[in-house]
Amino acid sequence: MPAVQETVERVKRIDVDQYRYGFETLIESDKAPKGLSEETVKFISEKKNEPAWMLQWRLEAYRRWLTMTEPTWARVDYPKIDFQDLYYYSAPKPKKTINSLDEIDPEILKTYEKLGIPLREVAMLEGLEPKPGEQDPNRRKIAVDAVFDSVSVATTFQAELKKAGVIFMPISEAIREHPELVQKYLGSVVPTSDNFYATLNSAVFSDGSFVYVPPGVRCPMELSTYFRINERNTGQFERTLIIADKGSYVSYLEGCTAPQRDENQLHAAVVELVTHDDAEIKYSTVQNWYPGNSEGKGGIYNFVTKRGDCRGNNSKISWTQVETGSAITWKYPSCILRGDNSRGEFYSIAISNGYQQVDSGTKMIHLGKNTSSRIISKGIAAGKSQNTYRGLVTAHRKATGARNFTACDSLLIGDKCGAHTVPYIEAKNSSATFEHEATTSKISEDVLFYCIQRGLTQEEAVGLVVNGFVKDVLQQLPMEFAVEAQKLISISLEGSVG
Amino acid sequence: MPLLEVKDLKVRVEEREILHGLTLTVNEGEIHAIMGPNGSGKSTLSHVIAGKPGYEVTDGQILFKGEDLLAMAPNERAAKGVFLAFQYPVEIPGVATMNFLRTALNAQRKARGESEYSTPDFLKKVREVSKSLNIPQDMLKRGVNVGFSGGEKKRNEVLQMALFEPSLCILDEMDSGLDIDALRIAADGVNALHSPKRAMVVITHYQRLLNYIVPDIVHVMSKGRVVKSGGKELALELEASGYAQFEDAA
Amino acid sequence: MNVAVAKTGNGRAVSDLFASAEGRLPGSPSGIAVRREAFETYERLGLPHRRIEEWKYTDLRALVGEVLPLAAAPDAAALKRAAEAVKAHAIAGARKLVLVDGVFAADLSDVKALAAEAGFRTLRETLEKDAGLLKTAATDAVIALNAAMATDGVVLDIADGAQLSAPIQIIHIATVASASAFTRSQVAIGKGARATIIESFVAAGAKAYQVNDAVLLSVGDNSDVAHIRLMDDAPDALNVTSHFVTIGANVKFNFFNMTTGAAVSRLQGFITLAGEGSELSANGVNLLQNTEHGDTTLVVDHAVPNCVSREVFRAVIDDRAHSVFQGRIIVRPDAQKTDGKMMIRALLLSDEAEADNKPELEIFADDVSCGHGATAGALDDSLLFYLKARGLPEKQAQALLIQAFVGEAIEQIADDDLREHVIGIAERWLERRQ
Repeated sequence: MPAVQETVERVKRIDVDQYRYGFETLIESDKAPKGLSEETVKFISEKKNEPAWMLQWRLEAYRRWLTMTEPTWARVDYPKIDFQDLYYYSAPKPKKTINSLDEIDPEILKTYEKLGIPLREVAMLEGLEPKPGEQDPNRRKIAVDAVFDSVSVATTFQAELKKAGVIFMPISEAIREHPELVQKYLGSVVPTSDNFYATLNSAVFSDGSFVYVPPGVRCPMELSTYFRINERNTGQFERTLIIADKGSYVSYLEGCTAPQRDENQLHAAVVELVTHDDAEIKYSTVQNWYPGNSEGKGGIYNFVTKRGDCRGNNSKISWTQVETGSAITWKYPSCILRGDNSRGEFYSIAISNGYQQVDSGTKMIHLGKNTSSRIISKGIAAGKSQNTYRGLVTAHRKATGARNFTACDSLLIGDKCGAHTVPYIEAKNSSATFEHEATTSKISEDVLFYCIQRGLTQEEAVGLVVNGFVKDVLQQLPMEFAVEAQKLISISLEGSVG
Repeated sequence: MPLLEVKDLKVRVEEREILHGLTLTVNEGEIHAIMGPNGSGKSTLSHVIAGKPGYEVTDGQILFKGEDLLAMAPNERAAKGVFLAFQYPVEIPGVATMNFLRTALNAQRKARGESEYSTPDFLKKVREVSKSLNIPQDMLKRGVNVGFSGGEKKRNEVLQMALFEPSLCILDEMDSGLDIDALRIAADGVNALHSPKRAMVVITHYQRLLNYIVPDIVHVMSKGRVVKSGGKELALELEASGYAQFEDAA
Repeated sequence: MNVAVAKTGNGRAVSDLFASAEGRLPGSPSGIAVRREAFETYERLGLPHRRIEEWKYTDLRALVGEVLPLAAAPDAAALKRAAEAVKAHAIAGARKLVLVDGVFAADLSDVKALAAEAGFRTLRETLEKDAGLLKTAATDAVIALNAAMATDGVVLDIADGAQLSAPIQIIHIATVASASAFTRSQVAIGKGARATIIESFVAAGAKAYQVNDAVLLSVGDNSDVAHIRLMDDAPDALNVTSHFVTIGANVKFNFFNMTTGAAVSRLQGFITLAGEGSELSANGVNLLQNTEHGDTTLVVDHAVPNCVSREVFRAVIDDRAHSVFQGRIIVRPDAQKTDGKMMIRALLLSDEAEADNKPELEIFADDVSCGHGATAGALDDSLLFYLKARGLPEKQAQALLIQAFVGEAIEQIADDDLREHVIGIAERWLERRQ
C-alpha cells in the first residue's frame, strides 16, 4: 500500500526525455579497438587473462557467428546494426588490483549512488543495516555484483556467502578460479550456436555473474547484480551462469539502467540457469534502460537470450521480469523442463511507451514426465509503441502429464499503439493439459470515472488501475524490487494519458 | 447560501437534449428525493453534477456552495464534497479496497490542503467506520467491488460516503438490484450519515426506498424537467397513481 | 518441389506442369498472361514449407512433395460415377452446382432452378472476358498456383434484396486418381440479400488426388449469409482451399467448416470486415484419424469500427493425426469498439496425436475487447469413468463426450437443418471409429 501511495505521488507530468537515470560518468576507460574480428576476440580474452580453452571457445563461437544472419521474425523494426562500428570491450582503467570497495573509482561509486544501488553494505536497505556483523538476522540481505559497462567492479557480501559455500563472483574470475564448473556448464543451456545474438555474446562476452550453490544449501541472501551501460557505442555482452546443485535454492535479482545517449546501444546478454534435483532458482529482472527520446531517437537495443534448464527431477525455475525500458526488447526467458516433475514459471510485465518496441515472452519446453508450467504476462502499450507477447508451450511425446496454464493480458492506453499476442501451443501428447487465455482491452471509461469521482486525477486513476492490472506479477517479485517496479511502471506511463 | 443550486440546466448527449431546463435547490441538511419514470433524466442529472464525461451542458449552471461546479474537474468536485453513489459500482481488479480508499481519501485531503492520513491513523479510521457499517475486514482486502454481491457493492459505496465525509451525497438508484434486507442495511447506513451539515439527493424510480430513507422534499421528473415538488406524501401519491399524470404536465 | 523445366517458344522457363496444362486453361490471351505470371510466382516460391511462418505447421514440401498433373476432363464414365456421388452427398432441397475433376458438369447441376434466383456462369465463361477473377489481395504459393491452373468454377451473382428460397450447394467431386483439380469460384452477394452457400468435397472412387480450390466471396450491406464447407475428400487426398471473404456493413455472416477427410488438408480463410456493424461467426470442427493432417488457418481482419467476431473451433485427433489451428484477429488502427473472441480446443485421443494451436491477436486500436482461449488435452477421465460406471462401453462413452465437445462448435450453425446435417456427419465419423 505505501508503494502505491508513492507511485501516485511520483506521477508528475514529465516527458520521456527526462529519463531519470540519464547521466554519464566521466571516467577513463580501456577499450578494445572498434569492430569485430578474431583480433577483438583475442584482445578481450587476453585482457581477462583467460585460459586457452576459453579463447578457443570464443573463437569457435565467433567463426560460427560469421555464418549466421540476424533473425527477422520478431515484430521489431530498427535500422540495420553495423557490427563493425561498435566497441566490444570497455573496462574502467584499473589503477591496480581491487581488494575492497574503498579502492574503487569514487566516480563509479557515485554513479551507483545516483542509481540508488546499495553497493556499500552500510547503505543496505536504505541505511537500515547498521554495520556488517551487527545485522538483524531476520532482515533480508542482498549481495550485489555490480557490472559497470563490462567489468564487475565489486562484489559485496563475499565473505558471508563463502561461509555458506556459495560461489558468487564475476564470471571472468570464475573462469580462472573455478574452471571445472565453468567448463562443465557454460554453453550447456544456451549453446554457442543457439542464435545470432547468443553466438555473438559467446564470442565477445565481457563479464557477468557466476553463481554456484552447493547441494542442500539455501543461499543466505538475495543475490543481485546491476547492469549499467555507460560508455558510448559499447555493446554490452553480459554472460551470467547460475547453477543450483541438488536441493539448493537461490534468488537472483537483476536490475538494469543505462544513461541517456543519442546513439542506439546494443545489448546482447546471455543468461544460463541450471537446476539439479530438487533445486530452485528464482530469477527476477527489473529493466529500465534508456527507451529513447520522445521522437524515438536513441535508446538501447536489448537482444537477450535467457534460458533455464530444469535438469533434475522436482526442480524449479521461475522467471519474473518487469520490462519498462529499452528502445527494442527481444527477450524470451525460457525453461527446459527436462527433469520429471520439474516446474517452470514466467511472470512478466512489459510496458512500452513513446516509440518503444517490445517483443517478449517465453518458451516452456516440456520434456520430462509430470512437468508443469505457468505463464502470466501483462503487456501495457501506450504512446506510439508496439508491444508483442510471443510464447511457445510445447509438450513432447514422452512428456506425459505435462500441464501448462497461460494467461496473457494486454492493456492499450491511447489509439496510436499496438498490442499483439502470438502464442504457439504444441501438444504432442494426449495426457498434456494446456490452457491458454488472452485478452486485450483498454481501461474502462467507467472505471476511470469511478476513481475520479472519488477524488483521483486522471493520471492517478490510470496508475491505480494499471498497478491493479499487473498485481499478480508484482507479487512474484522480492519486496525491494516490487516497490521499485511499481515506481517504474508509473514513471514509464507518465504523459500517456491526456 | 444553498448547498446546491441547479439553474435552468440543459444537457445533451450525442446531439439529443436530455435535460430541458432543470432547476433544483438543495440546502444543507435536507433530504431530497427525485422520482420519475425511466428516461426522465434522473441519472443524467446525477452524472452531470458529478462531472461524468459524455454530457454536454448547453445552458444553465450548477453552483455548489456558491461556486461554479461545471468549471471543476470531477476529482475537484469530489474534493469539494460531492459524492455520487453509483447505480452500478464498477469492479477494479487487483486494486485492494483498502488501498483504493486510502489513495482516494488522501487525494481529496491533499486537494483541500489538508494533511494526509498516516497509515496507522487511516487504518484506525477505516476500522471504526467499517465496524459501524458492519462491513467485514476481509471485504476490504479484496479488489474494489470484485466478486461483491449487489448488497456488498452498495455497502462499499456507503462506506466510502462515511469515510470521505462529503457535504452532498447523490444516491443514484441505490435500490436497484437489492433485495429488501440488503436495501434496509444500506439505507440504515445512509440514515446514520445524515447530519445537519450533509444533504442527500436520493434518485429512485420506486417509492419503496423512501420507506427507509424519508425525504424532506420530493421532486417528480418527467421528460428532462422537474414537473412537481412537494412533501414526502407526494411519493405515496405517485405510488398510488403512477407517473402517467405527469407525462402530460411535461 | 521438383518440376521438370521446359523451355517455351518465347524462351521463358515454364515447367511441365503449366506447359502441359496451358492448352486446357480457359481465358483470353491477357488472362493467360496473368496465369503465366502467377505460375512464375509459384515457381519462385515453391511449395510452402515450415520456415514460412504461415505454413510453420503444415510443411507441404515434406507432406506432399509434388504437385500432380492436371486431371483430364471427365468422360462419360467419370460423370456417371460423379452422378452417384452427387446423389449420396446432395443436401435435401439445395440447388446443386457440380464440379467434376475441376470441370463444371451442367447435367449434374440445377442451373435452371437456380437461374430464377441468382445469376450464374462458369469460371470458364467468365474468364473469356475478364481475367480479374484470377487476382487476389493475399498471395502465397498455393494461391498463385490456383490462379495459374484453375480450370473451372462457379461464378454466382446474387442480386440486392434477393432472398434465396433454397441453399446453393457447390459439390466438388474427384473421379481420377493421382491427378489434381484446380477450381476457383466467385460468389457476389448484393445488399439486403439472404443466402446459404454450401460447399462439399467428396471422392467418387478416386484415390491420391489433389484439390486446390479458391473462393472469392463478397457480401453486401445488410445481408444475412451462411457459408458451410464440408470437406470429406478421400483419406489419401490433398485439399488446399483458400477463402477470400469481404463483408459489408450490418451483415450477419455465419461460417462453418467441417474437416473429416483428406490425408493432408488446409483451409486458409482471409475474412475482412469492411463495413461497420457486422457480426461474423466463424466456426469449425476437425475430425482426424490415422495420419491425417488437418490445418485450419483463419485471418479475421477488423478493418472498420463496431464489428463483432466470434470463432469457435474444435479438433478431435485420433491415432497419429495432426491438427493445426492458426487464428489471427487483426484490429486496424481505426477499428474502435471491435469485439473479437476466439476459442480453440483440441481433444487428443491417442498418445501419438498432435495438436498445434496458434491463436494470435494483432491489435492497433485501443477501444476494443478482444480475447482468445486455447486448450489441449485428453478426455476427462472422471467423466469417462462415470459413463462407464453407468454401463457404457469405452468407445461409446468416448463418443458421447466427443459429441458434446464438438457440439460446442456445431451449435454455432444458425440453420437448423444444416446443423442437424453436420451433427449427422460427426456421428457417422464416431461410428466408423467404433
